[in-house]
Amino acid sequence: MFILLKRIIKMGWKNFFRNFSLNIATIFIMVVVICLVTLFFLLNPIFKILISDIQEKVDVSIYFKEDTLPEEIFKLKAEISKIPEVKNIDYVSSEQIFNKFKEKYKRDPVLIESLTELGYNPFLPSLNIKVYQASQYEQIVKLLEMNSYKDLIEKVDYYERKPVIEKIFSTINGVNKAIVFLGIIFGIISILIVFNTIRIAIYNSGEEISIMRLIGASNWFIRGPFLVQGFIIGIIASLITFLIFFGICYGFDSKVKSIFYEVSLFNIFLTNMLNLVLLQLLIGIGLGVCSSYIAIRRYLKT
Amino acid sequence: MISVKNISKIYPSKSGKKPIIALDNVSFEIEKKEFVSIVGKSGAGKTTLLKLILAEERPTSGKILFDGLDIYSIKKSKIPVFRQRIGVVFQDYKLFPLKTIYENTAYVMEIMGASDKEIERDVLKVLELVGLKDKIYNFPNELSGGEKQRAALARALVHRPEVILADEPTGNLDPYNTIEIIRLLNKIYELGTTVILATHDKELINMLKKRVITLEAGRVIKDEEKGRFIL
Repeated sequence: MFILLKRIIKMGWKNFFRNFSLNIATIFIMVVVICLVTLFFLLNPIFKILISDIQEKVDVSIYFKEDTLPEEIFKLKAEISKIPEVKNIDYVSSEQIFNKFKEKYKRDPVLIESLTELGYNPFLPSLNIKVYQASQYEQIVKLLEMNSYKDLIEKVDYYERKPVIEKIFSTINGVNKAIVFLGIIFGIISILIVFNTIRIAIYNSGEEISIMRLIGASNWFIRGPFLVQGFIIGIIASLITFLIFFGICYGFDSKVKSIFYEVSLFNIFLTNMLNLVLLQLLIGIGLGVCSSYIAIRRYLKT
Repeated sequence: MISVKNISKIYPSKSGKKPIIALDNVSFEIEKKEFVSIVGKSGAGKTTLLKLILAEERPTSGKILFDGLDIYSIKKSKIPVFRQRIGVVFQDYKLFPLKTIYENTAYVMEIMGASDKEIERDVLKVLELVGLKDKIYNFPNELSGGEKQRAALARALVHRPEVILADEPTGNLDPYNTIEIIRLLNKIYELGTTVILATHDKELINMLKKRVITLEAGRVIKDEEKGRFIL
């Protein structure tokens, strides 16, 4: 048994080199396929960072009447915090908004002067609320309108921002769905391309396989070297892809950072390296071995 | 050793015309250590008969016994082991193009699980017998037709099979190489192996002066000891 296994591996190894040009072509096709899958694998955390960044920027503010006491606002804040859909709630006093405004427009003397001329702080204290999903904003706003605190509220900016918020969240949902859909489509196309390439390679050996059968080789002895070849092709293709992505993530790290401050390509690569290597090996070896197994089956039917 | 009993093989016609009768109720016996030539025109059923003996195809009716064993009752998984008892030589050599002559010859012994030492010893011996010892590292495309057929013969007999099936082994060869191949087949026979030779080469049969089974349109029309090619 061991001697046969040794011979199968040796034959697969030799066949790989003797069929070098065809195998190199197969390797490069497989590299393209693994690159596509890796790209989707890496885009996922990048999109997650970008999406959560956008989500962080979306909130709804409740503005209170001028004479509302901070204690009353804190009471309402405590009550709203109890609602499970609420992710975060912050109190912003009118002074804080005033200072922030002054800081923001310090280079615009006309604006600052007119604010001083006004003689009082025109900003209202507010609560900024963030929820987990866009659809939950409406529920919370409706809850506030029915609450006993509604007399304290000057306005809720939800209705003004509603279309923008909904658009952002529906775009995010759309992007997520598109990624999954494209992933599936590319996955299927990739599998078909690799399978066909290997099938053509094995088709060239069809006559050889039939001779092997006629002189008494068992199906496993015939199939074995082809599976070994598929295995070698898979390993080499995944290694090449790994090196390509290592180079891309390292080389483009600073460029991507300059566009998306939060995204460090190389960090994402390093954090996911183990999973990435396993995924690439799994796809490479899996595709190589499975395609060879399926492609050779038709030649082994007695 | 081989009993062919009322074998018929009918191929259904794909175009809906009459089915093709390749063999029609053929029966004969081949003893151990016998040299039998099966002759007939193209399409007489020679190759079909060899395919049936090798269990490459199944007959429409009848059976073939190999040492008393009905070869069509052999389980699918055991057919390779059965085929290892037979050595096959084809008209178009059917060598493995990506293997050297040494590897081509060693292949059968490798699948049988022989040790590397045994393989080296026997392969070199048999390649010497067929005069190809100096070509062991060559690939088939570097050999002449006669050399290719000698390599195919070496592959067929290296594992000492009980029977050698040779299907038109000289069909693609010049007269010099034809005589060389027949000389080798004769030698194999003299060393105690049963040889079944399918051919339509008249000169060759008349030169051999051994048993001849003549097929015509799928039927045995003659079976003679020391026969001649008469059609």
